[in-house]
Amino acid sequence: MKEFHRPEALYSTFPRKGGADPEATHYCPGCGHGIIHKLLGEVIDELGVGERTVLISPVGCSVFAYYYFNAGNIQAAHGRAPAVATGVKRARPDSIVISYQGDGDLAAIGGNNILQAANRGENMTVVFVNNAIYGMTGGQLAPTSPLGMKTTTTPEGREFEEYGSPMRVAELLAPLDGVSLSSRHALINAGEIIKTKKALKKAIKYQMEGKGFSLVEILSQCPTGWKVDPVESLHWVEEHMLKVFPLGTYKDEPRQRPTPPHPADYEPALIDRVIHAGTSANGRGKAHEPVRPVTLPLGIRAAGFGGQGILLLGEMLAKAGLAEGLSVTWLPSYGPEMRGGTANCSVVISDTPVGNPIVDQPNLLLALNRPSLERFEPMMQPGGVVIYDSSLIDVGPTRSDLTAIAIPATKIADELGTAKVANVVMLGACMELLAFPSQSERDPLLQSISRDEKMLEANRLALKGGMEAARAAAAPAR
Amino acid sequence: MSQVDSPTHRGPFRKVFHPYHPMSQPTSSRSEPRSRSHAPQFMKGNEAVVHGALLAGCRCFFGYPITPASEIAHTAAELFPEVGGVFLQAESEIAAIQMVYGASSAGVRCMTASSSPGISLKQEGISYAAGSELPMVIVDITRGGPGLGNIAPEQSDYFQMVKGGGHGNYRLPVLAPASAQEMCDFTVDAFTLADRYRTPVVVLADGLIGQMKEPVSLPDAVREIPDKPWSVRGDGATRENLICSIFLDPPVLEDHVRHLHDKEMEIEAKETRWELEGHPDPELVLVSYGVVSRIVRGALDEALAKGMRVAALRPQTLWPFPTAALAHATRDAKAVLCVELSTGQMVEDVRLGVGGAIPVHFLGRCGGVLPTVTEIGEEMESVLAQAEVLS
Repeated sequence: MKEFHRPEALYSTFPRKGGADPEATHYCPGCGHGIIHKLLGEVIDELGVGERTVLISPVGCSVFAYYYFNAGNIQAAHGRAPAVATGVKRARPDSIVISYQGDGDLAAIGGNNILQAANRGENMTVVFVNNAIYGMTGGQLAPTSPLGMKTTTTPEGREFEEYGSPMRVAELLAPLDGVSLSSRHALINAGEIIKTKKALKKAIKYQMEGKGFSLVEILSQCPTGWKVDPVESLHWVEEHMLKVFPLGTYKDEPRQRPTPPHPADYEPALIDRVIHAGTSANGRGKAHEPVRPVTLPLGIRAAGFGGQGILLLGEMLAKAGLAEGLSVTWLPSYGPEMRGGTANCSVVISDTPVGNPIVDQPNLLLALNRPSLERFEPMMQPGGVVIYDSSLIDVGPTRSDLTAIAIPATKIADELGTAKVANVVMLGACMELLAFPSQSERDPLLQSISRDEKMLEANRLALKGGMEAARAAAAPAR
Repeated sequence: MSQVDSPTHRGPFRKVFHPYHPMSQPTSSRSEPRSRSHAPQFMKGNEAVVHGALLAGCRCFFGYPITPASEIAHTAAELFPEVGGVFLQAESEIAAIQMVYGASSAGVRCMTASSSPGISLKQEGISYAAGSELPMVIVDITRGGPGLGNIAPEQSDYFQMVKGGGHGNYRLPVLAPASAQEMCDFTVDAFTLADRYRTPVVVLADGLIGQMKEPVSLPDAVREIPDKPWSVRGDGATRENLICSIFLDPPVLEDHVRHLHDKEMEIEAKETRWELEGHPDPELVLVSYGVVSRIVRGALDEALAKGMRVAALRPQTLWPFPTAALAHATRDAKAVLCVELSTGQMVEDVRLGVGGAIPVHFLGRCGGVLPTVTEIGEEMESVLAQAEVLS
């Protein structure tokens, strides 16, 4: 003879609930949650996963599932259980994560969360308790309420024209590639209850084996919400729900998931290796006496068309300063400029820590197109230096207090076979004028742009071309 | 039930807000110990956040794309898997914060990052995390608002982050970095604080601090991560644990809120941070944070060069706000000038700190427009001229 006993996965008394009767649940008489809790508890016992189980209970009548389940419990926000479950499962892949959700929670407010977790194929189990109504908040319309059903928010009954048809979740999720199991069951008789239990067991087994996402939808009675007595509520399911929500398995195609990372295993030495890789002491030392004495701090603006490599040019200048042991900041104009239009960036190079990184009044301007020259020339500090691409800008700066240095950057780049390196020509011109960084620091800078041998060689030639052009252009001014 | 066990025995919340005695020295600005053994790397503030997080033992990142915070997700997507961690792009900001809720419940260090409109969406989850006392780090790279606004830097998220954008009685520590180095350091500290007090912690920066590249000296990875016996790890040891923000019984919820409030008072007492620069006996005190404090430093240098008696206070924690430090710095001052990228949000805390003793002036720009050094300099002259007339 079979002996019936309370599963170990359910507590025998419910002190978390409090109140006068610590052995009674908070559920109404005839509610389906009690049966489902028992089935789930038995399955957890039978599969021996009680210690590994983490139960997520979001808002709804089952928000208090933690009163009853002897498992790690996490109470969650309305509809968000699949996202919370994702976080738990990704953090602890060895846990057995069960998201226990009602129909308002899962199908309405949490619609996208369940859809996306299913589509990702999260290795978890969703128990979807569909009673066609919001129970806890007082019998309001749910996405699953049958047409014509009177609720506290559809006093005349649900109309298709107003609210559409009841949402069939098991059918909706089944076609998603990430879903391994999607089935619907009911608690209307012993046979169906046994089928429900088998489905729950299969779903959790799939999770144990790393076989992906399962949803078990269970049509569950809500006598209070439906305003019928417990016995009638069983007939109500048969009469009003079965034709809208046919029972059956809509998908059973377990897919083996790859072995996930175990992030809780923490290896600080590995992190140090990855994060500090390539960090070396910076070189120091002057390349040569500057062609033109530059006073620090340098407030540089580089500007041109999107696609000319303006931001990179600025960054290389900042890195050159860093290699020289100076304090630097680099600030891009960010956003749509990255994808066309004009681009500019601010670089500060200073022998004291950089305070203000915003270059309102540059003392060095690198202009790679005419609009940039026109925009930034008026902002220049008196006595500032303008280096401009004379192959694209026919008229230089008009202010007489500025020193203009014309570099045919695009022309030099074209002669090297690619206009793309015009920014490196300008970089070379700047380095010549600034007299840093030292020879030994130049190649590492170029390598940080590209390690591709062909590209690197082009950049070396472009840098050299820029330096020679700057020497030539600056010569008469000495 | 004994009197001690009764959740209501402590009665109502009662407080008196005494004025800070301006002559009393505030407790010194708190900071965590740092190691600096590595040569600096040149990186964006957004990238520094991720490096800091990994070195702090953060193991899971859940995010959603948004400018100007996206580099945080990009860098996390590259680096987290490389060190055995988890990076996951969520379906929404709403989901991302809930994934962090789950991972934190499971006892690992975890984070999310976004920008203003995304943070608005996260507020639901932040309130739940505050209620459930879940340690996590939330990074906000503020952009222009309201609504879609634009992607340029603003400081208009002060209210939603410092005053609490979600429902309920809670406050979160808010760290305000002003450089790429601090983006790294404060992220490391945020994880320390989050575990020390079992609370979400916010790193509040702006688009400019996020996008700017500066040299960053990275510390070594933390050796030990605190044990979390309260977490739900899916093992026998934590089977009895419950992560929960629901307390149906009114006295029980009041007691829970009181427990959160006790932690807040401890944080106020122990974790307030600021930086004070400039004249030791100022007539005018500037108050600013984040990127604005960098521009203010430029203005301060010019003012000091002219012989003006000016100092600049930079709150590094926006909550707890360095109220005592402000009161002390302004003890002999004639006026305060608060500069922000907003129409005036932090200035409300500045006014509370000064307590009506001297005039508080405000200079703000928004929409991504930044105040210039010249603009701030002229405002300082004007404020001091007004103070002369009054005195």
